Amino acid sequence: MIHSLFLINASGDIFLEKHWKSVVSRSVCDYFFEAQERASEAENVPPVIPTPHHYLLSVYRHKIFFVAVIQSEVPPLFVIEFLHRVVDTFQDYFGSTNVGDQLPTGQLSVVPWRRTGVKYTNNEAYFDVIEEIDAIIDKSGSTITAEIQGVIDACVKLTGMPDLTLSFMNPRLLDDVSFHPCVRFKRWESERILSFIPPDGNFRLLSYHVSAQNLVAIPVYVKHNISFRDSSSLGRFEITVGPKQTMGKTVEGVMVTSQMPKGVLNMTLTPSQGTHIFDPVTKLLSWDVGKINPQKLPSLKGSMTLQAGTSKPDENPTINLQFKIQQLAISGLKVNRLDMYGEKYKPFKGIKYMTKAGKFQVRT
Amino acid sequence: MTLPSAPAPSRRIPPRPAAMAASPAYGEEKGGSSSLGEPEYGHDPASGGIFSSDYKRHDDLKEMLDSNKDSLKLEAMKRIVAMIARGKNASDLFPAVVKNVACKNIEVKKLVYVYLVRYAEEQQDLALLSISTFQRGLKDPNQLIRASALRVLSSIRVPIIVPIMMLAIKEAASDMSPYVRKTAAHAIPKLYSLDSDQKDQLIEVIEKLLADKTTLVAGSVVMAFEEVCPERIDLIHKNYRKLCNLLIDVEEWGQVVIINMLTRYARTQFLSPNQNESLLEESAEKAFYGSEEEDAKDAKAEAASLAKRKPYVMDPDHRLLLRNTKPLLQSRNAAVVMAVAQLYFHLAPKAEVGVIAKALVRLLRSHSEVQYVVLQNVATMSIKRRGMFEPYLKSFYIRSTDPTQIKILKLEVLTNLANETNISTILREFQTYIRSMDKDFVAATIQAIGRCATNIGKVRDTCLNGLVQLLSNRDELVVAESVVVIKKLLQMQPAQHSEIIKHMAKLTDNIQVPMARASILWLIGEYCEHVPKIAPDVLRKMAKSFTNEEDIVKLQVINLAAKLYLTNSKQSKLLTQYVLNLAKYDQNYDIRDRARFIRQLIVPTEKSGALNKYAKKLFLAQKPAPILESSFKDRDHFQLGSLSHLLNAKAVGYQELPDWPDEAPDPSVRNVEVPEWTKCTSREKRKEKVEKPFYSDSEGESGPTESADSEPESVSEESGSSSSSSSSSSGSEEEEDEDEEEGSGEQSEDKEEEEEKRLKRKEKEGSQKAAPGSAGSEEEEEEEGAKKAKKKKAPQGRKGHAETSSEEASASESSSSGSDSGSETEAKQRKAPPSSRAGPKEISLLDLDDFTPPPPQPIPSSSIVSTSLVTDLEGLTLTDTSLAPALLSPAFGAVRTYELLHRMAGEGLSVEYCFSRRPFPGDPHMVAVQIQISNNTDAEVKSLRVSEPKPLSGMRIQEFPEIERLAPGDTASVVMGIDFCDSTQAANFQLCTHTRHFYVSIQPPVGELMAPVFMSENEFKKEQEHLARLGEGKLTGMSEITEKVTLPEKCRSDHAIVQQVTSAANVGRVPCGADNEYRFAAKTVTSGSLVLITLERREGAAAQLTVNSEKMVIGTMLVKDIVQALAQ
Repeated sequence: MIHSLFLINASGDIFLEKHWKSVVSRSVCDYFFEAQERASEAENVPPVIPTPHHYLLSVYRHKIFFVAVIQSEVPPLFVIEFLHRVVDTFQDYFGSTNVGDQLPTGQLSVVPWRRTGVKYTNNEAYFDVIEEIDAIIDKSGSTITAEIQGVIDACVKLTGMPDLTLSFMNPRLLDDVSFHPCVRFKRWESERILSFIPPDGNFRLLSYHVSAQNLVAIPVYVKHNISFRDSSSLGRFEITVGPKQTMGKTVEGVMVTSQMPKGVLNMTLTPSQGTHIFDPVTKLLSWDVGKINPQKLPSLKGSMTLQAGTSKPDENPTINLQFKIQQLAISGLKVNRLDMYGEKYKPFKGIKYMTKAGKFQVRT
Repeated sequence: MTLPSAPAPSRRIPPRPAAMAASPAYGEEKGGSSSLGEPEYGHDPASGGIFSSDYKRHDDLKEMLDSNKDSLKLEAMKRIVAMIARGKNASDLFPAVVKNVACKNIEVKKLVYVYLVRYAEEQQDLALLSISTFQRGLKDPNQLIRASALRVLSSIRVPIIVPIMMLAIKEAASDMSPYVRKTAAHAIPKLYSLDSDQKDQLIEVIEKLLADKTTLVAGSVVMAFEEVCPERIDLIHKNYRKLCNLLIDVEEWGQVVIINMLTRYARTQFLSPNQNESLLEESAEKAFYGSEEEDAKDAKAEAASLAKRKPYVMDPDHRLLLRNTKPLLQSRNAAVVMAVAQLYFHLAPKAEVGVIAKALVRLLRSHSEVQYVVLQNVATMSIKRRGMFEPYLKSFYIRSTDPTQIKILKLEVLTNLANETNISTILREFQTYIRSMDKDFVAATIQAIGRCATNIGKVRDTCLNGLVQLLSNRDELVVAESVVVIKKLLQMQPAQHSEIIKHMAKLTDNIQVPMARASILWLIGEYCEHVPKIAPDVLRKMAKSFTNEEDIVKLQVINLAAKLYLTNSKQSKLLTQYVLNLAKYDQNYDIRDRARFIRQLIVPTEKSGALNKYAKKLFLAQKPAPILESSFKDRDHFQLGSLSHLLNAKAVGYQELPDWPDEAPDPSVRNVEVPEWTKCTSREKRKEKVEKPFYSDSEGESGPTESADSEPESVSEESGSSSSSSSSSSGSEEEEDEDEEEGSGEQSEDKEEEEEKRLKRKEKEGSQKAAPGSAGSEEEEEEEGAKKAKKKKAPQGRKGHAETSSEEASASESSSSGSDSGSETEAKQRKAPPSSRAGPKEISLLDLDDFTPPPPQPIPSSSIVSTSLVTDLEGLTLTDTSLAPALLSPAFGAVRTYELLHRMAGEGLSVEYCFSRRPFPGDPHMVAVQIQISNNTDAEVKSLRVSEPKPLSGMRIQEFPEIERLAPGDTASVVMGIDFCDSTQAANFQLCTHTRHFYVSIQPPVGELMAPVFMSENEFKKEQEHLARLGEGKLTGMSEITEKVTLPEKCRSDHAIVQQVTSAANVGRVPCGADNEYRFAAKTVTSGSLVLITLERREGAAAQLTVNSEKMVIGTMLVKDIVQALAQ
């Protein structure tokens, strides 16, 4: 299993180390640095690096590498998943508590995921149904692939040991699910009801995938006209974003990003709304659009300056889209009811729906 | 330390530069200096100053550690631990710190432990001072302290204390707290790594802990097993079924370890479920590739042996493993999902492996590191089982934002998935990839196109044309890669492609990438006859630039020269001589060698030998076209999901995945004999603590999965209970200790309130409980009669008790929740059951063992227990949730039998069935159907079995064990389980003998789809009200059906009415205060929905029948059936 753990920050300093068995010198990280150099980008550092005496398994999150040192065979996902949990825990811990004031207390609870003796004056249970649309749209605007991935995130602050059941109007929509360990699997299998004793606080109750048979509604479209000319050192750039199948809701939080080809030196653009930035170093264009007003579609137009003397880029840039639609689960999933057993008080209950863009790409 | 045998070639690691290690950039010093510049992590700013000051910097810390104030000590320890975390040396503080090991403050203690674990190895003598503290800690009444003492003791790597560690581990392995036993399991590998001579003794401990019945210990001990003695597969036999059954409730990390181990185990103990198929595949392959006659013979022999082989029957234990791991595909933990996926890949019949695809595709949504590992495994799997991932083709489409390493893996999978039908879609997708800005990815795409072209003949030309177009790409890398791939493709049909070769010849003027130049030269040389005019010209140009070329290019120039010399010596003789002369003086000895060798071969001289004659044959022989195949081919000889698989090299400590055995080893080694007396004791234990697996059951329950944790809890609940074991009663003290120690400040009042709630909840859950007993493995008909009497008696005793207790409960519910007295009375009531149950206990024991109808008190059940395994589960620590009302044995009416197969239709075989109304062992969601088979023929009937059940969606059939032979005139009785999904649809299947197949179906009367449930009058009313309320929201009558009935003369006595209702439906009677009312309750077997029946007698013969149920269809049908029964 994990022998040692090193935390390495963006500038390559090992700022934290922890050893569970004998101490492994931090010089083992040299192999990691070498791999990092070869990879050029952080995300391309191989998660598993063999060295003569050890194996280095790492995850990269929040601009920090968590490098675990392993000495013998172990399922790599075991370590990687564990490291991600460690990061989640750090995030939880450093995010909420005053660091250093309170050491975590070891607890043996009847329900492993819930501490005992939970007390609240206001008992509340909130559930967020969040769906993300992953899509690839081709040049002509037709959908190459689109799918909906959803999660139900919960914030449950209930006194005692409440036992909750949550049922859906249309559970058949859910094609593939994975649960928090608190969910009783058999009950789901037989009745399609989520029955569980919730952990205290925030947690992810369920992740799901909406079955592929259902056609995915694509809430936005992008009209684009991006052209480079061989002769000229100027290119044209023009995109317009508009609503498509939004079920009558407003599309907001729209953000357009695009990685421009290396040959683009600068861009002179005018947005009809929102703000835009082009970083001439990373060649990243981002346009914070905001809300889409169907009467006046947001657009971004202008020209690109290309490096003189070089030929035109092979590929037009891909457009990545982010957006949000409140109060809508695009799959149509609806929670039927939430019941609480085991405790006598009446909790406040709330369900919120939201649809977001996941990995939403438009090829141009 | 052994080295990994061969690191993956792509990750060649140069020897570690010594300078780098010593350079200040990464050395120890740097840690100190960099901490000044960067933000302090988890620390106050003042400490930075302390650390960076001069050598006496630790004096203040020492002072703080010596003080009397815990707060100062704590502060000092925090700083010290922070230093350690930053990799700074704090070893000089050892004496000051070790003094505090006995500190009373638990926070300080914890940090001292952290320090000790880090430095004890360096300062062994001083560390010994702390040992006595740990030894004291090992005896502490608080389980947490015992565990942490053991944890630290075993983490201190001081060889002198090995005997002490050994002793401590042995003792802890018998500790009454499962948490401490778990810690003992964790300590085993640590001791083993410190002193491997202890192996034999440690194996003994492992053996003991493997027998542990708690989920808490299971994962940890299997981990220890894997590290210490993975070869001792024999230790697993007796624990195999238990591990399978516990699996779903083990914590996630333990699940991964157990699943991986069981995969290996299964490979040694069971037969390949695909053996016939794999043989066929093999021989087919041989026939295809094999040119020699011997192969054909082999194939014949194999086919013969195949025919001889008896039909494959999966070992039930093999099935058990597959069944119990499948739900874990839904785990949120990627490692668990991967573990199950590899288990299915290595162990499941081909037809069943498909289920893992969806789960693996789901993981592609996870972090990129997870994607990376999953894709590597999918790449391997998709070669062997392409069909499995084909439906998910689009999930592997590449996004421009994917990291390159992910893109390349996805590309690999897409290529593996390509076939005649989807190739055009895939190529269209590849076309967009070729325009990507990520050039490494483009190169990989070109390779992928090449592979598609070689594998799928019909697109070869399309691909080739596409690649030729790429030759005019602006990016040299793209062109170079295309050249290399085209070269490989052209080798397949060179004659048709001289145009392409000409085109490529022109490229030599521009293209600089050595590999591409070399490829072009080779092509021209090889096919110089197709381009007779161009070839000598190319050679001329190359001769000119020879000295500036890279080595691989030079070699190919020599090659080209030689080939031209042989085919067209007139034009190229001089050029060849020139090139060979240049090469003769080249710096590279390979090139000099090659030149010398070729000169001898092609230029005839006096000395040149016989080979000269054959030079043309040597150089221009027909060469087989290269096969472009995936680098993931055959990688599955490594266990999937393993590090070795990922690296494609055996990692240290990797356990080979064994091949399936030809003959299955004796399966009886897994049987666990439980002597009668053990059963008694374990049974008693079970009554106190019914463990209810979490995932696996459908009922609401309090979820004490970790029986370990529930131990103290449950005892404190019934601390007055005479039956609670001594071990657990000390557990309750422990808990109190903990609470003090942890300073949680929880008041006992709160605690009581808490418990009261818990109790009520349990009671409620109990009433929803649908799980019938899980018991013995064999059913014995003969004793049935004798037991009926007992059964009848038993429920009544139970009823009486439960009624009072639930009335109490409702009474206390009405009082304010803070009322301690109320809760106490209730608690007392709860405590009563064990004693009041003492009477029927003996009987129930017998019942259980003989597998007759359920004993009067509810039997704890894990719903996935398979029939033969119940004994294995004996003695699992169990919680006490079963105190609440639960399912009862049926009030026995006359059992009706139905015909399944008439003797005429069955050609002498007649089959009848009845609903025994007993819980089906192993699966509470199944209705037990007792089947009686009589052989009325003159001959023996052999291998009677169920085959090809064709259940409607959701329906499940648990077949009865095959009857090997049935003598003429004999009758056999077997039980099968059917989950009808609460519907009266018939279950269809085939009944097979060794000669015939009979299509039969079993259609359950609605009354058999439920099992009686006991509840008090109050509960009944409450539930009825609840159901009525449910109805209100929708249409009235949605959950209540009322019907007027006229009772015939003979059916007016209490007895007759009860008799008729219970014969029509498998329901339990609910006591009722009113004379003129009869109440019955049951739950549907599959979903556990309540069915409540009320019969209210009016004047004379009139009566009103009311059925309440969420399940409308069931309610309606039930009313009809009961009315009919009453009318008879």
